[in-house]
Amino acid sequence: MGDKAEVLQGTLALMILKTLESMGAQHGYGIARRIEQISGNMLLLNYGTLYPCLLKLEQEGAITSEWGISDNNRRAKYYKLTRTGRKQLEKEVRDWEQTTAILGRFLSPGKEQA
Amino acid sequence: MKWIRSSASRFMGLLRNEQHDRDFAEEAQAHLQMQIDENLRRGMSPEEARRQALIRSGGIDQARETYRDRASIPFVEALQQDLRFALRQLRKNPGFALGVILVLTIGFGISQAIFAFVDAALIKPLPYEKPDRLAFVTESIALFPRANLSYADYLDWKSSNRSFQSLDVWDRTGLLISTPKGSEPVPGTRISSGFLRTLGVSPILGRDFYPGEDKPGAPKATLISYSAWQHRFAGDPGVINQSVVLNDASYSIIGVLPKTFQFAPAGGSEFWISLQPERGCDTRRSCHSLLGIARLKDGVALSAAQEDVKSIASRLEQQYPDSNRGQGAAVALLSEFIFGDIRPVLLLLLGGSALLLIIACVNVSALLMVRSENRRREIAVRGALGASRGRLVRQFVTEAVTLVLVGELLGLLVAEIGIRSLRSLLSEDMLASMPYLQGLGVNLHVVAFAVLTALCAALLFAFAPILNLSFSRDLRDNLAQAAHTNSGGLWRKLGTKLVVVELAVAVVLLAGGGLLAKSFYRLLHVDLGLQPDHLATVGVIMPEKEFPTEADQSTLQKRLLERIVALPGIESAGLTTRMPVTSNGNTTWFRVVGRPYDGKHNEANERSVSAGFLKTIKATIVRGRGFTEADTATSPHVVLINETLARQYFPGENPIGQTIGDTELSQKSLAQIVGIVQDFKEGSLDSEVWPAIYSPYEQSPDNYVYLVVRTSQSEKALLPTLVRVVHDLNPTLATFQVQTMSDLITESPTAYMHRSSASLVAGFAGVALLLGVFGLYSVVAYSVSQRTREIGVRMALGAQPASVYQLILKEAGSLTGTGIVMGILFAIFAAASIRKLLFGVSYWDISTMAAVVVVLSAASLLASYIPARRAASVNPVEALRSE
Repeated sequence: MGDKAEVLQGTLALMILKTLESMGAQHGYGIARRIEQISGNMLLLNYGTLYPCLLKLEQEGAITSEWGISDNNRRAKYYKLTRTGRKQLEKEVRDWEQTTAILGRFLSPGKEQA
Repeated sequence: MKWIRSSASRFMGLLRNEQHDRDFAEEAQAHLQMQIDENLRRGMSPEEARRQALIRSGGIDQARETYRDRASIPFVEALQQDLRFALRQLRKNPGFALGVILVLTIGFGISQAIFAFVDAALIKPLPYEKPDRLAFVTESIALFPRANLSYADYLDWKSSNRSFQSLDVWDRTGLLISTPKGSEPVPGTRISSGFLRTLGVSPILGRDFYPGEDKPGAPKATLISYSAWQHRFAGDPGVINQSVVLNDASYSIIGVLPKTFQFAPAGGSEFWISLQPERGCDTRRSCHSLLGIARLKDGVALSAAQEDVKSIASRLEQQYPDSNRGQGAAVALLSEFIFGDIRPVLLLLLGGSALLLIIACVNVSALLMVRSENRRREIAVRGALGASRGRLVRQFVTEAVTLVLVGELLGLLVAEIGIRSLRSLLSEDMLASMPYLQGLGVNLHVVAFAVLTALCAALLFAFAPILNLSFSRDLRDNLAQAAHTNSGGLWRKLGTKLVVVELAVAVVLLAGGGLLAKSFYRLLHVDLGLQPDHLATVGVIMPEKEFPTEADQSTLQKRLLERIVALPGIESAGLTTRMPVTSNGNTTWFRVVGRPYDGKHNEANERSVSAGFLKTIKATIVRGRGFTEADTATSPHVVLINETLARQYFPGENPIGQTIGDTELSQKSLAQIVGIVQDFKEGSLDSEVWPAIYSPYEQSPDNYVYLVVRTSQSEKALLPTLVRVVHDLNPTLATFQVQTMSDLITESPTAYMHRSSASLVAGFAGVALLLGVFGLYSVVAYSVSQRTREIGVRMALGAQPASVYQLILKEAGSLTGTGIVMGILFAIFAAASIRKLLFGVSYWDISTMAAVVVVLSAASLLASYIPARRAASVNPVEALRSE
């Protein structure tokens, strides 16, 4: 398994995509706050982790960006999920659910033995 | 899929960096502001809100770096940075940059040019099938280790040998082709029918000779060379079965040879005719005019083949004692025969250019090391700011590669020029005899060589400064650059040794060049035994159809000479059957009447000369008389002999009045010796004088003659007149080799060889001298720059400028002195190894060595004078103040 940063990177991408799916278009700050909120404030995101990941997703074509005006009249870059991104999200969700299912069987074996 | 897209994005990111940076800055700013707004909403004070926001958002600089790294390809970006830095450095010191690039360009260019020659001649294999199985087969006698074969011997060797898959022969011959404008001499070769098959070559058009097509009586057929096909027949494919008239006989063209076909010993032959030994030389076992090639059977070694053929030859010696006594056999590799002469010269050149390249690279790495000394502080600062070792190394590598790349590219240009000028050192004839130089140029092999040298040079240039800095003092010293007056220990040791080596190499090359130049001079001024000035020469061919009998040839000779002597300004004229100062050969076996004969072959040059010939070339008769008009076909047969023959065969006696003849003493051949002529060179400038027998032309005429005419006016202007006179007399006469005697001598192969090697080595020597002196200058200049403070102190304490000069010049002088001494020692070694190329000069020739020492000392003095002057004009106050 990779170290904490790597794992976070991969799962962070998934979290961002999921957030954009449920929230619609959102700027970087909004995405960060939402992820922190949903994780029950167990995760703290800063510039250094968030923006490179957003850039990577943009380079891969999963999201697109556009400059716009935020709620409090500030200029901000809004990100949106693309069709490719949607497909990527569905696939990764499926993979995660499969992984958790398999691991689940290992971690609570009692049921099988009986 | 994702990966491809993101890589493409990152690649594009290399080009769009600034925009990206600004976008991210703005985005980050917006993010921060929103965080501050939220904090304000929560009730923090503006300062607290800002501070908390900054903490929450994390390090902006690091984030920016990570973002940038993601946006493009960091490795390439770093490389771009290094490159830009390297170029900036070079632009800051244009003198340094230009000097280094000049030195590298010369070094790379010259070595590439020489390599092109070596590649064309030695590395590329001959264009035959399995050329290492091809042998050069000849007879062998005492005078000539490689002598011609006779036709009868060839047939016997062919049938009796057990080592050859096939044995074939060739004979270079001049042909007269009949064109509408008259007859024209053209080079040709007679070959046996299996010749091309032995080489493994097939015609590209038409067919090869059938086996047996070379026997007497077969229809006359010829192959033509590719260039003859293009020039004479306009590349017309219908040339097959056309006929062409050669030597008054009609030959049918059966095939065209490939464009890439070459056979060096036959030079630029246009027509390859079948052997068809019908008359003259070919019918006599004792007449030798052929040379042989053979393909060895698989698994047969060269030495075994040699033994085999030798045993056949000795069997023939016993069977035919008259013709074959002393005729042995010799077998060698064909490539050895073709390249044997040129190989040592080329290897010498390669060695020389390698030496030059090494000097150039050493010079440059020395200069780079000097520069790295000056950059100690900068490097230390970079290291302190966090540059990794790898990054620093990469900087040096980038600089090295940039220099090498520019040097190599310009070097290729120089190489192209160099190849052209080297080629011009070879005469037309030489080029014709070296057809493997056809593909000469900057080709793939040369580029590969360039890449190889580039890699080695780049490695050297990258790591020399790095090593210098590695053995350095610790970080603190570097930062302070405190050790200013104590100049780098490593530099002292290595740098000065390098200069000594360079100077030594320059000495070696200068000595070599000097010796070769002197050798060339001696060659041109060798005693010829005749006066070559004011002589015009023209070769004349009397076609057999027009001049079939000896009487015809005699008459023509008389009439031709009469007309020539009548021209204005002519002092005298004569003719001979072979030009002097060309080559020994055309020999005969003679026997002295009244002596017991043991059958040994006495070989002597045989020449027929007109009555006025010896007078024209101003050869001296030392005893008896020369030829006169009275010596005609009907008067008693007489001969002249040269001093060498007199000395060798008539020691202590008077040859005048004695009679000599051929080995059977047949009536026709007997002639009385009436005079002894002082030796003059029949052979080339550096050859020995052989015994020679001269007959009056009218008593022994020939179709091929050479006119020699002495004029009181310009002999060069006379040439076209002579040609006109010949053609006016009889338009079927062909002329060739129209040149003055002086030109013949200076353009002769040996003269060419000596002149070319002298020019080459002298050229190298000049460059080496420049490089060596340049190196010395940089060492001394660096040393002066390091010692500025010390000099300032000295002068402040009262030292005179003269003593400063002394200080600097002494240092330079010791370097020069060591270099010269080492150089002279090596020069003597090197000269000993090229002994064979020297003529009339001993390899330890003192005057040459002395001249070299003087030249180098003077150049070194000049080179060190400039920095010495700078040292002496140092302002003590400035020097003490500077840091």
